[in-house]
Amino acid sequence: MTTASSAGLVRAPAPAASLLIRSARVLDPRGGPDGTFDVLVRDGVIAELGAPSSLPLVDGVELIEAEGRLLAPAFTDPHIHLRTPGQEYKEDLETGTRSAAAGGYCQVIGMPNTDPVVDSAPILRSLYETAARDARIPVGFVGSITVGLQGRELTEMEALRDAGALGFSDDGRPVAHAGILRRALQYQQLTGAVLALHEEDFDLSARGSMHEGAVSARLGIAGIPSISESAIIARDILIAGHEGGAIHLQHLSSAESVLAVERGKADGVRVTCEASPHHLCLTDEAVVGFDTSMKMNPPLRTERDRQALIEGLRSGVIDCVATDHAPHARDEKEKPFEQAPMGTTGLETAFAAIHTELVLPGILALDLLLERMTSGCAIFGLPIPRIAVGETANLALIDLDAEWLVGENGYESRSANCCFAGRRLRGRVVLTLADGAVAFRERGFTLSAAPDPAGDVA
Amino acid sequence: MNHLLSIEDLDRAAIERICDRAAAFEEIGERDIKKVPALRGRTVLNLFYEASTRTRSSFELAAKRLSADVVNFVASGSSVDKGESLKDTVLTLSAHRPDAIVIRCPWAGGPALLPQWTDAAIVNAGDGKHEHPTQALLDVYTLRRRLGSLDGAKVWIIGDILHSRVARSGIQAFRKMGAEVTLAGPPTLLPREAESLGVEVRTTLDDLREADVVYALRMQHERMEQAFVPSLREYAAVYQVNARRLGPRQLLMHPGPVNRGVELSGDVVDSPQSLILEQVAAGVVVRMAVLYEVLAASRSEDPITEPQPA
Repeated sequence: MTTASSAGLVRAPAPAASLLIRSARVLDPRGGPDGTFDVLVRDGVIAELGAPSSLPLVDGVELIEAEGRLLAPAFTDPHIHLRTPGQEYKEDLETGTRSAAAGGYCQVIGMPNTDPVVDSAPILRSLYETAARDARIPVGFVGSITVGLQGRELTEMEALRDAGALGFSDDGRPVAHAGILRRALQYQQLTGAVLALHEEDFDLSARGSMHEGAVSARLGIAGIPSISESAIIARDILIAGHEGGAIHLQHLSSAESVLAVERGKADGVRVTCEASPHHLCLTDEAVVGFDTSMKMNPPLRTERDRQALIEGLRSGVIDCVATDHAPHARDEKEKPFEQAPMGTTGLETAFAAIHTELVLPGILALDLLLERMTSGCAIFGLPIPRIAVGETANLALIDLDAEWLVGENGYESRSANCCFAGRRLRGRVVLTLADGAVAFRERGFTLSAAPDPAGDVA
Repeated sequence: MNHLLSIEDLDRAAIERICDRAAAFEEIGERDIKKVPALRGRTVLNLFYEASTRTRSSFELAAKRLSADVVNFVASGSSVDKGESLKDTVLTLSAHRPDAIVIRCPWAGGPALLPQWTDAAIVNAGDGKHEHPTQALLDVYTLRRRLGSLDGAKVWIIGDILHSRVARSGIQAFRKMGAEVTLAGPPTLLPREAESLGVEVRTTLDDLREADVVYALRMQHERMEQAFVPSLREYAAVYQVNARRLGPRQLLMHPGPVNRGVELSGDVVDSPQSLILEQVAAGVVVRMAVLYEVLAASRSEDPITEPQPA
């Protein structure tokens, strides 16, 4: 495998960074540094932590004045759609990972529901080869559980594992047949790789387009009931418990689902799960204007469901935040609601949205958010970025006070279908280091060493 | 008012204004030459993505009685799936500079998209299961003529509420006009949390005698294939409005076309309590009033004067 990075992830070659990040508010949520420090990165590795303004600037090291800014471990997202191969008009590995870097991410995992589906080792290998050329940050992929996402035959999971599959998922579709899921979980004893499950009973969701409830009653849009998710989650937790297998439940949306996972964990089942920024910040009321950016699967649900997700994130029932970044072209979303495809982009707004909606109002502690935004990829066996001397630099520098209008200056993603478009958010990533290299630098983010560009305006 | 997209957008005063104007247009239909020049030189484009002889001809007649030019564009279901998007169709048709586009489509919220693509006034002639505002307006108009006022009237809407845009517009219009609305139908065809619409919900017709107005909805055959109801026979046994269930002082309404023997028995359709043909007649004058409202009333103070130069 063409590996330019640690732990099976792949990125395009990039020069190792040497930076002195001066006087940043450093916060590593896993018992790491918590205070104001100078952080020296040399050749892509965290070389030294010192008291503020204590470390000297030496030749070949760029100075980053970071006073008042947060320096945190960069984020990881175990669930994004890079649309490659086959739908590069929506996103490709370059734009998708650039979008991730702009959101402060240093690791992402792409889903296999592409065209063709990533259901064989040659397709996966070619994808990693493309990533080694195009990916701005380390990216990994999962293979599909069943051939062509058809839900009938298992893929050659061992071969996919050898080719770099971090796990397996039929995301976008459920593994509808309980017997197939059971076989996949039995086979997991061989591969050891987690199964990430899109939990939806198609029979119950019955081609609905939004959450079934008071808002759908008013709008006359066919509803997707909460039980289409929670009922199959309950089933799959029982099956996983029976087989002793590990499952990761994607994009939880309903209160009953959180409850089912809580019970499963209490029973000792190896189950983890994620929630998306949009499900944590928005409800089905957002659909009232028929805005197709608000159409995603699972759908935005009620305030009660949102509160249950927040509580789950707080308590740890929900292990991590995952964006389910799902780009679609403008003309695909510029349609009547029921005709439009499901999905919202999310990488560039994830931190800012949750920071604005949950951290600033005092609902969620900042360090807890940082913890949940960095724990996702670990479920797939990847290392958690840390801030410590000797660690590879995976860092996000964030201006927590910066207010910005989402979409005002476009997106790094190729697609603009962002559910937070037009909202004012607070918290902006200004610099991202991924795998020891500078992956993102906010446009207009100047170095203190450079002349002040606004200074000469008469 | 630049567009008529939903009843949700209207207040009681707007509904009354449209009904009052419709009443004033009644007289035109009595004339030998059923035409006034109010919209002379204006182009009304009927864009229909669903088969609808009744609503379309009602709009066509309304436009013609106001001397507008009418173009019908009927997109069949299959060509829509394969062919161009709604946006491209609207952009293409807009190149012909229509003054109003009357659109029916199978997608909730579809008509509300059009103002960003065209300068024409948009009239929603039914969007998916969302709304059918001109139907609700003609229903209010018909009831006002018969009752004088809807204040305090008890209106029961019966049948497949879940899939009905007629119900969704009607509930709002009747309530805005002061009526109390009750929904009755099979539990499988009532929206979840239907009470949130500000209505009472029943699953039988046991208390139907409470109603002043009985509004039956069309029962679609395909609902059985989807297992919403076991059979039309069972549906009729429980929910058919017939002479046994309909009291002598109750008024009967239906949006048409009627399935005789299913939601209504033949005898009640033909009874003097039935307002069904009055609803059809009201459709023309109410749609005249709507077209007038979006094309003339809002755009110049005096409808008789020539349009302003662009």
